[in-house]
Amino acid sequence: MDLYEHMGKDLFRAHGIPTPAGRVCGAPQEAAEAARAFGGSAVVKVQVQVGGRGKGGGVELCRSPDAAAVAAERMLRDGFMGHVVDRVLAEELLPIAQEFYTSIVLDRSTGGYLALMTAEGGVDIETLARERPETIRRVQVDPLLGLRSYHVRELTGALPVAAREGAADVVRKLFELLWERDATLVEVNPLVLLDDGRVIALDAKVTVDDNALPRHPDFAALAQEFPIDPVEKRAKDAGLQYVKLDGEVGIIGNGAGLVMSTLDVVARAGAKAANFLDIGGGASADTMATSLEVILSDPAVRCVFVNIFGGITRCDVVANGVLEALTRVDATVPIVLRLDGTNAEEGRRIIDGARHPMIVSVPTMDEAAAEAARLSREAA
Amino acid sequence: MSVLVDADTKLLVQGMTGKEGTFHTLRNRAYGTDVVAGVTPGKGGQDIEGIPVFDTVAEAVHATGANTSMIFVGPRFAAEAILESADAGIGLVACITEGIAARDMAEVHAYLEGTATTLVGPNCPGVISPGLANVGIIPGEVCVPGRVGFVSRSGTLVYQIVYELTSRGIGQSTCIGMGGDPVHGIGFIESLAMFEGDPDTDLMIMTGEIGGDDEERAASFIAERVAKPVVAYIAGFEAPVGKRMGHAGAIVTGSSGTAAAKAEALEAVGVQVARTPSEVARLVADRLAG
Ligand SMILES: Nc1ncnc2c1ncn2[C@@H]1O[C@H](COP(=O)(O)OP(=O)(O)OP(=O)(O)O)[C@@H](O)[C@H]1O
Ligand SMILES: [Mg+2]
Repeated sequence: MDLYEHMGKDLFRAHGIPTPAGRVCGAPQEAAEAARAFGGSAVVKVQVQVGGRGKGGGVELCRSPDAAAVAAERMLRDGFMGHVVDRVLAEELLPIAQEFYTSIVLDRSTGGYLALMTAEGGVDIETLARERPETIRRVQVDPLLGLRSYHVRELTGALPVAAREGAADVVRKLFELLWERDATLVEVNPLVLLDDGRVIALDAKVTVDDNALPRHPDFAALAQEFPIDPVEKRAKDAGLQYVKLDGEVGIIGNGAGLVMSTLDVVARAGAKAANFLDIGGGASADTMATSLEVILSDPAVRCVFVNIFGGITRCDVVANGVLEALTRVDATVPIVLRLDGTNAEEGRRIIDGARHPMIVSVPTMDEAAAEAARLSREAA
Repeated sequence: MSVLVDADTKLLVQGMTGKEGTFHTLRNRAYGTDVVAGVTPGKGGQDIEGIPVFDTVAEAVHATGANTSMIFVGPRFAAEAILESADAGIGLVACITEGIAARDMAEVHAYLEGTATTLVGPNCPGVISPGLANVGIIPGEVCVPGRVGFVSRSGTLVYQIVYELTSRGIGQSTCIGMGGDPVHGIGFIESLAMFEGDPDTDLMIMTGEIGGDDEERAASFIAERVAKPVVAYIAGFEAPVGKRMGHAGAIVTGSSGTAAAKAEALEAVGVQVARTPSEVARLVADRLAG
């Protein structure tokens, strides 16, 4: 789960990491008030679960309360890169002497943690990593030992002397936060040295491990604050993995890898998937009925491709589940059904015997994708 | 022959007394796997259809000589279950459990480096050497013994592709479901290295998916160390690009993690990359014929 900047900063403060004074605002007037409270100016920052805000007009330095209100109004009205925006963060505008970058991330290639620091923050850090990787200091942190003093010295050695002590304190606390709150990423870009010598986190990107959410009950409340599409919510409540896409062939499959593969095969057949939907191991009538309801509620869907590989769940059971689901859900578009694997022939015999007017049974994945593409073109 | 599991496998199952645990333990035994023990704290002394249950892994190993463990323990306690097996001297642990916290796995990963224990998973379907032993949840009925080694991040793609191989009469030496969690046990590199050294594997298949850089690193390994033919498949060309927050991921790996980048990296080192699961079986058949 990717946290909004203001949530990340709440965690930072709870762990003693200095951040600018700020207020979360849901209306332009609140941003103006915040600017007045900060002495007449403010930085207004859009709160979204993506990066690149600075470059995309999502961060505005405002020299008056009115300017802050105007910026907030624009962000709340227009959203940010297709994302709904229901809040902005208004912060005190601080006099920056220098901008740095630091982060700690779970490194999947080593299975441990990697801490990074560079004196060249704020700029496009990915370009820096590509063109002058030697300017970024990296230390591997053994999860069994944690972040040690020599790691911290190695990292902060990248910074001017005046900033080292403050940055050392920040990075130590960042590691504590990451560890205690099960984060897989904590990133501060920029970490800044102010004119008065303080080192402070101007930005906060925190990703928490979804698998660890059960041991942090307070994160459950945060999860409720992110906008979620009503159809996705319905699927989620039913225990289904659903992601809306922008094509016209509805997809139901069992297993994430197989569903991903199905999207690819449909694309090769010249159509586009309307969604990703993984029903997991059991293809019961209940699951199938909910899945069909979810998919058919998308008006863009012109046909549905149900792609099931029967492993331990046998295809004859799946076939009966599909037929039963169709007694409860009204199939408004054709359903291409591909059953393969354990007891596939028996499953197909059950489907053929039922002679359901909306089901087209096709034996292989490639042929089924071609049929789904053809049907969706026909319905266009 | 095969790698990781075979006729010498003596399996113990941590979490055998749970519903899933019991179901798959009995399936594995019916397949011919020598299942010698179960471990559930507090249930020592009971048995499941004749398979004795112990309170600790150490006791089970002592009493039965188990050398392999399969884990069905829930996500809160599964990381400890892996450590317990490692401390009891178990050589191979297949952890099926889904949903283990990454931090717990990071600790396990670091700890195992100092031990002789090999981990497969977590969040994986396990390992099968067709005709010899099945340790996990891969449906044994779709596999046949043969000379193709297979390693996959996704479980269902193992089933799908193995089924297509079997339908063409192409058997498998060992199929490894390595799992898709960010911190996991053996990956492509370790699996390919084992297959390269296995005299009874002629060709290997690897199937990857978007995210991380396991496939890119496997490509470098193949270029340097693998002489046997490799056929690959990558899922997720059309998958929605995951929203990325920070920049650290890209800085760390230097890779975009896209399916296209992975396929390109593999093709650059001479690996044939199939575009559909059925094309995998077709390429393998051609390769074995040629
Ligand atoms: N409180 C502040 N006072 C003064 N300047 C600020 C303040 N907050 C942000 N800035 C300026 O705005 C820039 C962009 O802010 P920030 O890093 O939060 O946005 P961002 O778009 O999330 O960056 P990225 O996504 O590239 O990491 C900073 O580099 C800094 O120069
Ligand atoms: Mg930033």
